[in-house]
Amino acid sequence: MSDDSKTRGLLGWIDARFPFTKLWEEHAAKYYAPKNFNFWYYFGSLAIFVLVLQVLTGIWLTMYYKPSAEHAFASVEYIMRDVQWGWLIRYLHSTGASAFFIVIYLHMFRGLLYGSYRKPRELLWLVGMMIYAILMAEAFFGYLLPWGQMSYWGAQVITSLFGAVPAIGEKLMIWIRGDYTISDVTLNRFFALHVAAMPLLIVLLVVVHLIALHEVGSNNPDGIDIKRHKDANDLPLDGIPFHPYYTVKDMVGVTVFLIVFALVVFYSPSMLGLFLEPENFEPANPLKTPEHIAPVWYFTPFYSILRCVPDKLWGVVALGASIFVLFLLPWLDRGKVRSVRYRGRGFKIALALFVIAVLVLGHLGAKPPTPGRNLVARICAVLYFGYFAFLWIYTFFDLEKTKLEPERVTTGSVKWIPKSIQWPRFGKTKREPERVSPK
Amino acid sequence: MKKLACLLVILMVPGLAGAVDEDFGLMDVRTDLSDKASLQRGAKYFVNYCLGCHSLKYLRYQRLGQDLDLPDELVEKYLIWDDSKISSPMTNAMRPKDADNWLGGVPMDLTLAIRRHSGGGLRIGRGADWVYTYLNTFYRDDKTPTGVNNLVIPNASMPHVLWRLQGVPEPVYALAEGDRSAKQRKVIGVKMPEGGGALSQAEYQQMTRDIVNFLVYASEPIQSARKALGLPVLLFLVVFLAIIYLLKQEYWKDVH
Repeated sequence: MSDDSKTRGLLGWIDARFPFTKLWEEHAAKYYAPKNFNFWYYFGSLAIFVLVLQVLTGIWLTMYYKPSAEHAFASVEYIMRDVQWGWLIRYLHSTGASAFFIVIYLHMFRGLLYGSYRKPRELLWLVGMMIYAILMAEAFFGYLLPWGQMSYWGAQVITSLFGAVPAIGEKLMIWIRGDYTISDVTLNRFFALHVAAMPLLIVLLVVVHLIALHEVGSNNPDGIDIKRHKDANDLPLDGIPFHPYYTVKDMVGVTVFLIVFALVVFYSPSMLGLFLEPENFEPANPLKTPEHIAPVWYFTPFYSILRCVPDKLWGVVALGASIFVLFLLPWLDRGKVRSVRYRGRGFKIALALFVIAVLVLGHLGAKPPTPGRNLVARICAVLYFGYFAFLWIYTFFDLEKTKLEPERVTTGSVKWIPKSIQWPRFGKTKREPERVSPK
Repeated sequence: MKKLACLLVILMVPGLAGAVDEDFGLMDVRTDLSDKASLQRGAKYFVNYCLGCHSLKYLRYQRLGQDLDLPDELVEKYLIWDDSKISSPMTNAMRPKDADNWLGGVPMDLTLAIRRHSGGGLRIGRGADWVYTYLNTFYRDDKTPTGVNNLVIPNASMPHVLWRLQGVPEPVYALAEGDRSAKQRKVIGVKMPEGGGALSQAEYQQMTRDIVNFLVYASEPIQSARKALGLPVLLFLVVFLAIIYLLKQEYWKDVH
């Protein structure tokens, strides 16, 4: 039992009974991450940060919120007005919901950019997509809780989609609502799902996501495997321990995020009507259908795809397919390189078009439909699905002209910023002697 | 990369895209929450002229007094007209059923009226302008039960409660092209004959501005404190960022 590597004292006592040090080393102190992470690699840790924020603010909101059709709306205003610091907790939570999606979308886009879903990270991507799908459910359930007009009618529209399922549709819809329309019963079950079931699933899957990540190792902006070049101790030459290097770097990211986040929370908590919609300041009224029902911004791209299909059932199928196709990405993309840096021109154009299509769809989904907008939405929906079809054809038939990947990772990811305006190094700015020393 | 960075910027500000002004020209109210005197006058006018029908059920008298620098005794003496307690919300005695009989509908609670009518995108401040314009665009219309009509809410069921103060403005019609029959004429504005009411036009506009200012306050009583708290929080975060950035540089100085 007496071994030099064994811990002593209280930690030793714990380690003899629980693998505390082992876990810490596996997942932080001795988890070797590539040293060339850039801007896009902040969003994973930010997502965890926002998750914790949502759970904590959510717990406090639950202490004052009343999940009943009669009291829900008033209890939210009670939190905003009569509960000490209730307004801050509520704005942190409502802004956090939108921030969660911004962070997750950028995190997913990073995956597309650098091929992070490619072998051996297929499961990692699948688990991530499951988290995303459950996050959508979580946000949808949560949006009903303030019991405003948009909460109510948004839930009415989305649950009615299940009515499009052949044969069992109608029954399925009533089973989900627990009533013929959205009602007190629905509010109660959505509350249960929002505060207990979905958060538990998300936390569980985030743990699985991290275990899977640490098993296969992180990808990096060059998309090459750092484990190919190891030193005498079997450690990757281009890897650095996650702790302290990335813990301290991610703290910079979290602080920058918090500055932007605080700007919204303190100066524009409704974020120009995007995070808190004006219509939702009117209590739910089952007898008064709003002129225009639109989901919150993070669902609008998919809502656009649903709406631009003339048939309800096929619209729902298109909506489902638009999310499901993302799950298939690891098997659709058969390219020889992972990172956009070394991929062919066709890939870059396709990815740019895909992003534009998603943004335009998102913009249109928040607006009332017109024939002109429907046409644009259809074109963008074709571009959306076209990206995946193109990616498969492009790589399966080997049409891609890739650039040569480097042997080792490259640093200086912000190449497009002219050297003259790059930040000076603060602190000890002495020129490093390694430059002149022989390698 | 440059392209992607641009796209990212676009992604961050989706609300700015395509904010088309669909309203006819709303009047610009320019409310000012730091003007406590205006808020106090607004509260007084609201209690006198509005509260009989419109409640502010999410706002308590006591909170109003604290935020508007009014001692509880003054609030109890001048603002509470029924048997409400200082800690009661600002409701009225009209039962919904009676309201429906008398007015053809229950007058809406106005606590969140400003936020409800705020526009999306860059028109987020539209709510206050909307209520202000509403109060200033009643005009004579003999065809309605109330004898007045309104530009913001055509055929509103609300009478012109403040008519003794403003007088009843006359409608201004668009110059009809072709058909000159009254049916085709479109009201595009209102015109107040001088000396129609107890107040001058400027006084009436100031009064309605005070009411709207008070409603802006009531829609989110915490908003001034919220904005005030933003600065220290941001200052702390900026200082913290500088420290944590230097710490990161220190740790990373050996990584090449």
